[in-house]
Amino acid sequence: MICTLLAGIFALAPPTAVHAYDTPDDGGGAVKIEWQLSADDMTVDKYEVYRSENGVDYKKVGLIGRGRNQIEDETEDGKDYYYKVAAVSDTVTAFSAPTASVASSAQWLNRRKINIIIAVLVFGGLILAFIQHARRGRKLFVRKIAGLHAIDDAVGRATEMGKPILYCPGIGYIEDIATIASLNILGEVAKKCGEYDTKLINPHFDPIVYTVAREIVKESYTDVGRPDAFDPDSVYYVTDSQFAYAAAVDGIMIRELPATNFLVGWFRAESLILAETGASTGAIQIAGTDQVSQLPFFVTACDYTLIGEELYAASAYISREPLLLGAIKGEDWGKVIIGVILVVGSLIGLFTLFPVMQFFD
Amino acid sequence: MKRYIPLLLVFVFGILGIIPFIVPHPVVQGTDEFLRNNLLKILAAFALILGLGSLLRVHYDKIRRKGQNWEYSWVLIVTFVVTSIIGLFGGVSGTGILPTRIGSFAFDIWTIYFNIEVPLGAAMFALLSFFMASAAYRAFRARSTEASLLLVSAFIVMLGVLPLGNEISPHLPSFAQWIMDVPNVAGQRGILFGVALGMLATALKIILGIERSWLGGGGE
Repeated sequence: MICTLLAGIFALAPPTAVHAYDTPDDGGGAVKIEWQLSADDMTVDKYEVYRSENGVDYKKVGLIGRGRNQIEDETEDGKDYYYKVAAVSDTVTAFSAPTASVASSAQWLNRRKINIIIAVLVFGGLILAFIQHARRGRKLFVRKIAGLHAIDDAVGRATEMGKPILYCPGIGYIEDIATIASLNILGEVAKKCGEYDTKLINPHFDPIVYTVAREIVKESYTDVGRPDAFDPDSVYYVTDSQFAYAAAVDGIMIRELPATNFLVGWFRAESLILAETGASTGAIQIAGTDQVSQLPFFVTACDYTLIGEELYAASAYISREPLLLGAIKGEDWGKVIIGVILVVGSLIGLFTLFPVMQFFD
Repeated sequence: MKRYIPLLLVFVFGILGIIPFIVPHPVVQGTDEFLRNNLLKILAAFALILGLGSLLRVHYDKIRRKGQNWEYSWVLIVTFVVTSIIGLFGGVSGTGILPTRIGSFAFDIWTIYFNIEVPLGAAMFALLSFFMASAAYRAFRARSTEASLLLVSAFIVMLGVLPLGNEISPHLPSFAQWIMDVPNVAGQRGILFGVALGMLATALKIILGIERSWLGGGGE
């Protein structure tokens, strides 16, 4: 009688509806286990997860605090596993019923990224459509970008003054799109330097970017019929230490006194050090980056700043290549679509109960 | 052929770079990891040799031509050679074949790095505060409506984060925070939308061979 009473007092409801399934959208090697909390969750200390490979011998593989109802277990792909979850209080352990067998496997598509794929396809399609549009010879209007418009004047000024042009691509690596955009601009600037026979100084932070830049500058000089004017020492590697690079470029600015400084690419804290030193030498400064945190520094200390997307539009703007201009038009329409989605989404979110945010999750 | 091979390589490796973003399978992730961690490192090692070669050549030429401040080029070459020897033969923390300690004076590569490179970098970083002051002075000269707006909002934000701001008005800190959270974030997001689309367009143009400036040859 006493034993029955004690059992009743110390009884603990087990977790229910335990469900184990292959973790979706992953590279395999994981099973997710979910359950409904014990009816006595408030008195539970923890939940323990047990695993078996034959449905008989279970071993503890994980634990989690009360109030939590899911856990992920590392597994071997293709192997069947069974799970039980136990609610554990001070002295009592209450096991759930075992799950059906489950095996993990690797997936070939991450479905959580389908919305991103759709967006990329839509915007990519738009860009390609406008490129086709341009290919048919339709004229496309692109607004004036002051910073890019000033390149000719900046190179011309350097030529007249007999001073060099400094082109600093920042401290990005070759996989940074801003660095690639900067290299595209470098190609166009190098062509103008070749045409005007102006000295170009191009110090680098990353050896791979240096190697690519050297070929670009060389090709640009060849392209304008001045391969002889290319100085292999005008493009050189300095260091891959951020502030040592800043010190080196500052030194070049002070010693060589370039007429124009291009600070275009991927920058971090050294942006203001470079821009302020350049400003103190009286050079015309054209800067550009997609790093939002560095833009205020460039806007403050430079004569012209390419803000965000202008950096990517630069190559098309300078070369006036119709196909590249078509891509800019595609970007503009992409922004229109984003703007419309933002306004419509905000209105739906504000005035209805429709779960609009789930589309952007 | 000289043009087509780079374009083909860019197309293939560009697509290989996109696929792992949407395919979690280990075959694809493993290939991506190999490309990024192994192949790129090997390429970087070769590029580093070329880079160091260019650095030394530039300074050697400067010494030979007795260019402006050519004496400093000797400093670079000597420190480069000495540090390289210590690094290559002394081991990372003095465990190599070259002795890197005389009594209590250690000169292994870690010691050099932490006692020379790091403080010099920190000194350059410290200069930023002075440059910020001079840039702020230039930015805050109220010469136009935009500059005046910048000056007023910066003043409010600065006051808002100071205890003095709360003394002037208890609403000032929350107003300063509102400036940071709403107009500031809105502007930043506007730029970021443009950046994201610009990145997408640039990547697409390069992968499809429409953008060829990086080949030095302009467009199509």
